[in-house]
Amino acid sequence: MLKIIMNRLKQGRRTLRFPAGRPPALPPRYRGRPLADESGVGPDMGKTLYAPDDNTGYSNDYRMSSSNREGLIVRGDELALANALGEKLRKILGRSLKLRYVSAGGCNACEADVNVLNTVVFDLSRFGIQFVASPRHADGLVVSGAVPRNMREALIKTYEAMPEPKIVIAVGACAISGGMFAGGPENTNGVTGIIPVDLYIPGCPPHPLTTLDGLLRLLGRIKK
Amino acid sequence: MGLFNGANVRLSDIHVMSKGEFRLEVVRRCQNDARLMNLFGCPEPSGGVRLFAFMGFDEDAVIRAVSTVISSDDPAYESITKDLFQAHLFEREIAEQWAIVPEAHPWLKPVRYHANYRGVPDIWEGISGRDIPGSYPFYAMAGEEVHEMGVGPVHAGIIEPGHFRFQSSGEEVMHLEIQLGYQHRGIERMMNGGDLVRSAYLSEAVAGDTAIGHSIAFSEVVESLAGCAAPPRAQAIRAIALEIERLANHVGDLGALSADAGFMPGSAYSGRMRGDYLNLLLAITGSRFGKGLSRPGGVLFDIDNEMALDLCRKLTVYKKEFEDVSELIFTRTSVLARFEDVGAISLKSAKKFGLVGPASRACQLERDIRIDHASGMWQFYHIPISLGATGDVYSRALVRRQEVMRSLEFLLKVLPSLPHGGIFVRLPAMRADMLALSLVEGWRGEIMHVGITDDKGAFARYKIKDPSFNNWFGLAWAMRNQEISDFPLCNKSFNLSYAGHDL
Repeated sequence: MLKIIMNRLKQGRRTLRFPAGRPPALPPRYRGRPLADESGVGPDMGKTLYAPDDNTGYSNDYRMSSSNREGLIVRGDELALANALGEKLRKILGRSLKLRYVSAGGCNACEADVNVLNTVVFDLSRFGIQFVASPRHADGLVVSGAVPRNMREALIKTYEAMPEPKIVIAVGACAISGGMFAGGPENTNGVTGIIPVDLYIPGCPPHPLTTLDGLLRLLGRIKK
Repeated sequence: MGLFNGANVRLSDIHVMSKGEFRLEVVRRCQNDARLMNLFGCPEPSGGVRLFAFMGFDEDAVIRAVSTVISSDDPAYESITKDLFQAHLFEREIAEQWAIVPEAHPWLKPVRYHANYRGVPDIWEGISGRDIPGSYPFYAMAGEEVHEMGVGPVHAGIIEPGHFRFQSSGEEVMHLEIQLGYQHRGIERMMNGGDLVRSAYLSEAVAGDTAIGHSIAFSEVVESLAGCAAPPRAQAIRAIALEIERLANHVGDLGALSADAGFMPGSAYSGRMRGDYLNLLLAITGSRFGKGLSRPGGVLFDIDNEMALDLCRKLTVYKKEFEDVSELIFTRTSVLARFEDVGAISLKSAKKFGLVGPASRACQLERDIRIDHASGMWQFYHIPISLGATGDVYSRALVRRQEVMRSLEFLLKVLPSLPHGGIFVRLPAMRADMLALSLVEGWRGEIMHVGITDDKGAFARYKIKDPSFNNWFGLAWAMRNQEISDFPLCNKSFNLSYAGHDL
């Protein structure tokens, strides 16, 4: 027991002050929000794979989420970030947002970096956001993956099992557009066209800060 | 044909046997000193399917390849699984992909639920090619106290989809059948054609938590087919990234195991420490999973002296932290009581099923590509093998603990003395009508990629084997006669990939 207490003291406090305080510094090689070209129009972040060899320039900005699909298309320096949910819906939710996760034909990187939000570093539960084990307990669905044929029905059933009002959050290029699997042999073009989406979080996978930033914007906890 | 890790060979040089000879050769060799590393089909221009078997002779660092041709007039052969259990999932995969019947296969069921690649009727009427993998003839038991429980495909946590069907008597699990296929994206077929940049992205998405392992295997296959190796410095950087990937996952697994044993300090600290390793990958490659690092020809990111020193400084701190936290976990009696004697697999069973990676080493089965089929940096730096003795959850946890320490020692040794020179070479085109293979010891175990080119030098067939393909049956077996409440613990002690299996 003594050893556990001693180690606890050694571990110290590790939780980020985010969203308060200075924005967290990401290493120079981190590939964040894509840059627009000279014409002022940049790539579609919903399809971008954030690869170093995809002929795209990347900034160090982790803020990329959007409330609508068009907002993912980079336009100059203009940031079209996610809006908060409507007043009425936010009133129903109060200070609590329960989410159900459906993993549907990605590579498990999005899953892993959403899971990281539950570690002490990000400590998602301090914002009242929690992942729950049943769609019946959920206010919203988080979906990652390109939704191959074999997962389509399970996704729809999970969505239908959630009580109204409900929201859907698409995480990662696969869920938004099919990503690298778009047009593949197993009909993998993401959630679009299967269920309505309220928040798009692009990336391959998105950095945990990108996801957290998006979730907090949705709840009106980050405005600027 | 005797091959080695990273070898290439002309397709015409691989011995074509009759169906009977092929079967006998595989069974005979693998019942003695070899093991079945891979068995898959490749379409022939004539319309038939050529089956390739790769047998690993680990003591001699040799891989023997043989083949046979199954004609489209008679798409059947005598099952190998009858006499060699290791072949069981490989043969099911062949049956599903090519509509070829392995006659008298004891457990012939679909693997991933897709239509076959030959465009002929599937061998399962009304099952394969349907959208719901769950519509499936599960193994069932009957009896007054017997009950059946289904879990998935959508799981309670943030986990990939899969279906688990338990046959239990009271709390005791008599049988667990694992039906996957929900993550099937068709990666192998998307690798064919000509776009190697896209193929590199796909290789990183076979299993996102093993992006580095699979992209190294892919890069090495292309390099071998082009006849040009990556520069030594690139090989060293790949090895460094591969070990950091191993560290992140092993540390994370120990945290997950702690959580399932109800020891929250171990879970909280390990979860945070896992993130430290992912952040190292972010600093090196710009991606927390190392996506974008390895490409055919080398690596896209260098580690300069300053970065190497910084990494060493951080790793020294992480090493001390891990020593402290793992000591906490492994001296807690409540944790040990939960780990010990749960989900045990014998050495004999591990060999029979063809387990690989930490799951095999936990059963005292000495299998590690870094040692048995060393290539690249592993030829110059020897990592001692980590073995467990009891084959249970405890052993699988212990092997990870040892491997974390050994990976850290390796990194602290290699980082200050990286080979000089470039990190990338432009490759010539891949040669036509060739086959190349690459083996990489990922954190879950043996990753094997085999690339076969057509007469124009583009991939005609690309075969990917994630270690999960070997090990899922191990999990099912480990659950026999265990309590149903042991499942989460057993599952995490394997922590297998759904995406890597489903492709």
